[in-house]
Amino acid sequence: MAVNPEYVGRTYPPGPAYLVGREKIREFAMAIGDLNPACHDVAAAHALGYPDLVAPPTFPVVMAMKAATAAVKDPGLGLDYTRVVHGEQRFAYSRPVVAGDELVVTVTIEAVRTMAGNDMVTTRGDVTTVAGEHVVSATTLLISRGVEDDS
Amino acid sequence: MTSRIRLADVEVGTQLPAQVFHVDRAGLVRYAGASGDFNVIHWNERFATSVGLPNVIAHGMLTMALAGRVLTDWLGDPGAVVEFGTKFTRPVVVPDDADGATVEVTGKVTAVNDDGTAQVSLTVLCDGVTVLGNPRAVVRLV
Repeated sequence: MAVNPEYVGRTYPPGPAYLVGREKIREFAMAIGDLNPACHDVAAAHALGYPDLVAPPTFPVVMAMKAATAAVKDPGLGLDYTRVVHGEQRFAYSRPVVAGDELVVTVTIEAVRTMAGNDMVTTRGDVTTVAGEHVVSATTLLISRGVEDDS
Repeated sequence: MTSRIRLADVEVGTQLPAQVFHVDRAGLVRYAGASGDFNVIHWNERFATSVGLPNVIAHGMLTMALAGRVLTDWLGDPGAVVEFGTKFTRPVVVPDDADGATVEVTGKVTAVNDDGTAQVSLTVLCDGVTVLGNPRAVVRLV
């Protein structure tokens, strides 16, 4: 099955806002063993100049991957999601995510191609506050492995 | 918004403190819960082997997060990363034993830019084999 190149440039509007909680940042930081005080202690975050707890750099995946997944499941795109693996991930930050942020993700299909039987879709999730301030863009390459590759 | 590492202390070739991380099944369960990524290949050996994997594998984003720790532990400021990207080239296989998998991360500065940022290139190994492809970051220094 080939993915539909006509979907390049298509944009998916955000779902409900994601409210970043202190406990979620602490939980995520603990799961990656990150003991940086700015991720756990509000006073330490203030000392670095941030308004509240700072999320580790890969934290935006929590909301970005959910939005990307919803977009690439668009039936017209033709991606077999049951065979998808994560090929590549990139973040470009305007500022770190901090506790209290209310964030929305707008997903754009950036590229679509089929190589050696594998369907590849690149999405860009622009993460902004509900007020429209850009926080981070998360670019994700998803690869749907071709069935003939299993031999 | 300051970071601990000063621009004046950094030059091309500066090594970041290397770190060794142990990833076990309990860690995968914890990361699944924290990230919301409950993909079965990260916790169910029966399913993982049925789709041709050698065993349960770590979330690629967990491996990337560990690589990110080498950046932010060095910088002292988790918010000083301006760009961070990688390819996921090989899985980190996590056996169900006391040791799990071992991930080794090293990094070095590859460029110092006029705007007060530096480019860092990381190397991420599991069992001596590269698992992340071209992981690199741009970081802001004080």
